[in-house]
Amino acid sequence: MAEKNNHAEHAAVGHAHTAEHFREKHLMLDPLPRGQMNDMVMESMMEKPTWKFWVVASILAAIVAYGLFYSWGKMIAEGLGIAGVNRPSYWGIFLVNTVFWIGISHAGTFISAILRVFKAEFRRPFTRAAELMTTFGLVQAGFSIFMHMGRVWLSYWLMPYPNQRLLWPNLHSPLTWDLLAITTYLLSSTMYLFLPLIPDVAMARDRSTGWRKTFYKTLALGFRGTEGEWTHLRNGMNIFAFAIIPVMFSVHTIVSWDFAAATRPGWSSTIFGPYFIVGALHSGMGAAVAVLAVIRATMKHMKYFIRGEHFDAIGQLMLIISMAWAYFFFNDYMVQWYGGDKWTHQLLHFHEAGPMGWMWFGMLICNIVIPWAILWNAKWRATPWLVATVGIIINVGMWFERYIIVPISLSINRMPFTWRLYQPGVEIPLGIGTLAFFILLYMIASKLIPLIPVWEVQEGQMAHELKKFGRETVVSVSELE
Amino acid sequence: MVTLADLKISEVKMGEEQTGKWGMVIDQDICTGCQACVAACAMENNVIFVGEEDAGYGRSMHWIRIERFWEGEYPEVKMTSNQPMLCQQCGHATCEPVCPAFATVHSQSEQLNLQVYNRCVGTRYCANNCPYQVRSFNWRDYERPEPLSNQLNPDVTVRRRGVMEKCTFCIQRIHKAQDKAKAEGREVVDGEFTTACAQACPANAIVFGRVDDPESLVSQLGKQAHGVKHLEELGTLPNVTYFKGG
Repeated sequence: MAEKNNHAEHAAVGHAHTAEHFREKHLMLDPLPRGQMNDMVMESMMEKPTWKFWVVASILAAIVAYGLFYSWGKMIAEGLGIAGVNRPSYWGIFLVNTVFWIGISHAGTFISAILRVFKAEFRRPFTRAAELMTTFGLVQAGFSIFMHMGRVWLSYWLMPYPNQRLLWPNLHSPLTWDLLAITTYLLSSTMYLFLPLIPDVAMARDRSTGWRKTFYKTLALGFRGTEGEWTHLRNGMNIFAFAIIPVMFSVHTIVSWDFAAATRPGWSSTIFGPYFIVGALHSGMGAAVAVLAVIRATMKHMKYFIRGEHFDAIGQLMLIISMAWAYFFFNDYMVQWYGGDKWTHQLLHFHEAGPMGWMWFGMLICNIVIPWAILWNAKWRATPWLVATVGIIINVGMWFERYIIVPISLSINRMPFTWRLYQPGVEIPLGIGTLAFFILLYMIASKLIPLIPVWEVQEGQMAHELKKFGRETVVSVSELE
Repeated sequence: MVTLADLKISEVKMGEEQTGKWGMVIDQDICTGCQACVAACAMENNVIFVGEEDAGYGRSMHWIRIERFWEGEYPEVKMTSNQPMLCQQCGHATCEPVCPAFATVHSQSEQLNLQVYNRCVGTRYCANNCPYQVRSFNWRDYERPEPLSNQLNPDVTVRRRGVMEKCTFCIQRIHKAQDKAKAEGREVVDGEFTTACAQACPANAIVFGRVDDPESLVSQLGKQAHGVKHLEELGTLPNVTYFKGG
């Protein structure tokens, strides 16, 4: 039962509602003894890394060493000249990647906080995987934004710290808001990652020896699972789950203000706030589903925890978010076009018919056409590799969207004499370096902390019950709090 | 007919209090496009020569540039005008509020946009937000080969990589003239000094002076009906007036 491989076939609706069918399909209705489940999660984490793991990890580490640290060091030593930024595209792929990674980080909060607050039961096995994406994605966003600074060694000047010159950061500048918002988001999402982790590391502490025992003992903060500890933990998680939602909305709105508050055609659009949030969720859900498919395919016992139903549920969300993105895209385009500004018209024409027009159409195909063409079908939605592929395609599309907003829109301005295209330079190894670092951090984390929140799955399974009404089997869920 | 007065709504006047102090008048009709102003500016203000490759990729550092405009397709090309473009020293500048480090600020006494090189961390937001695209960024530490390294102007800071810079209306000359006038117990006289670009212009197409003094040459010229200020519709209150087709 635990190693069922082929949930996709059963995910299609219209099957007989037998108890076996329910169990096969839904993790919540397919309980295992607690000890066994704990052991499964421990095994998947402690499993000795295969040679493939080491090969992938060393390639990624090499990319990080060259792409991120060597290239960045070189850029600090020689100046931004080795990157492709120029006049008028003063911001290039660095800012594209910053927005991209912050977007990825939104999935974690969306899945884990919003779905938790609304008690969506399918979230239970993958909240941790999503929260890790938030924290690791924000780390890459931080890298990207610091890289783009001309004198990064003075970046602490942007922090409001008391100094003898009585100088403060300029609170009129959207970049200052950005810094404050991203710092808040990184801190709160790390704490929000940590709180639900406590019972799981306590579980791991009781089942490990050696350095791992010390590591988990430190992380578990002496958690023993008493009634009082659970009450405090639940209160804490509840507060964070509600509090982090507005933080999440504010972060990407503020990122959009970097553009919307500027006096530039194509940037000063009042709809950018919600448009960016929906875009962030779009790329974030796509990335989350790809990560889940990889975890499911590579880690032991994960086929029990992550099933077709989960891909189906996220696939539905992706479809809805794709529709919302299409709506906001159209809305943004329309208000800019009807604005009638000749520079904006020039720019919109440049987006579609300029030398980078293929990217504009590619964005629409990746973000709208492909998700709509595939995710409407329940059977396809329950196929992990297919949904994961759609997720990666959406991320390509969303990267295109940010590329169009940043360097392509910057190529056109109100001074035609300065119009010029942008060609990335050292941005490419740096960008690939952040991607490799994200995956590497994830690989290391999968060996160090339980990727499945076991207690959350067990809690859900206790609340779910199959009952018989006459000849019909129905699912009953009890209220937990 | 309801008027604004009936509604008791006063007409919105953007930044009316900002009159400006120093200003410039540029006559495009007599500008020959000789680029003497560009060379003079670079020498006066220690603006670096970035080399062919970087200049070709849009990284040339000029505080003033000559924009050439033409009509038609080759071979029927008609040059329409040369447009010297430099920092317009806006009264309501878009570059100022977006700097997170207060590196680009408004001078209360000179009514100019200042760039504090030492404070700049290089986010380049100001350059993105400048509608005139007149800011230059130090993409690298460019070399000054031997004879050039001996002609630096000691009154002007030499900038290093990662720092934004732009036209200052030759603020070192303004200060020098003001100090001299103060020592002699008088006001600065119109025409007593001028910026490097105006000084070098062989056609006298650039005139610099006090715009808050109605008797000055720049104010008198600025009153001509065919003067325009670029992108005035953005509310930037530029202090440079252009003449074209007079």
